[in-house]
Amino acid sequence: MNILAELLAYACLVSGAFFVIVGAIGVIRMPEFYTRLHAASVTETLGSILVIAGLVLLAGFSLVSVKLLMVLLFILFTSCTAVHALAKAAIHGGLMPETDDDD
Amino acid sequence: MKMNHEISLGLSLLTLWLLLSGLYTALLVSLGLASVVLVVYLANRMDVVDREGHPFHLKLMSIFGYWAWLLKEIVLANLDVSRRILHPDLPISPSIVRIQCTQPDDLGKVIYANSITLTPGTVSLEVDERGIEVHALSKEAAETLKKGEMDRRVTEMSTL
Repeated sequence: MNILAELLAYACLVSGAFFVIVGAIGVIRMPEFYTRLHAASVTETLGSILVIAGLVLLAGFSLVSVKLLMVLLFILFTSCTAVHALAKAAIHGGLMPETDDDD
Repeated sequence: MKMNHEISLGLSLLTLWLLLSGLYTALLVSLGLASVVLVVYLANRMDVVDREGHPFHLKLMSIFGYWAWLLKEIVLANLDVSRRILHPDLPISPSIVRIQCTQPDDLGKVIYANSITLTPGTVSLEVDERGIEVHALSKEAAETLKKGEMDRRVTEMSTL
């Protein structure tokens, strides 16, 4: 295993974990439902991208990497649909977003 | 025209199966082939083998070009949202804006709305014929979206 690739892999995993935690902190700190959705999407985009990139670097050039990249692709395709479904369900359920519209 | 979609669906399922399996004995490959044929037959009966379900009319190179650009946007938006989350004052200004969309078909609109949702800081709430209603975490995120660069790129990709 190339030492440089390994270092890069661990850098990716650690920064990925950092963004997952930032997303979690955001979910706690944000004031209401719709703003929490934005915080959660930090976890599922940059968090998952970096963690899976780190795992791909560790796995090297193999079928395992291909499967990991497929997992990433499916996460990115489905998570945005799920977030949209949540937001739409909340709107239809009568939960109106708080906005500061001063313009 | 429909035949093309069936063949293309079969080939992509076969590729997926070969990549996921990794075991290439005669028995397993023939079982894989049988399941591919079964799935194409069922999808055909359900009438979901069409332009939307299997959009190979999008140019392959332009998809990868768009993904690379979208990845850059996602990273930038993530850094912005993370900064706002960790900032002691929580500098957010949520707003709802209506974005015009210029895609000619439903598939293009879906790609655009999903790209908006995928970028942290903006979530699409409603999609209809003329536009997309977007909830934005900050005024800046809404302004960036209003400039319409993403809209232009998606339209470019989804028109033949």
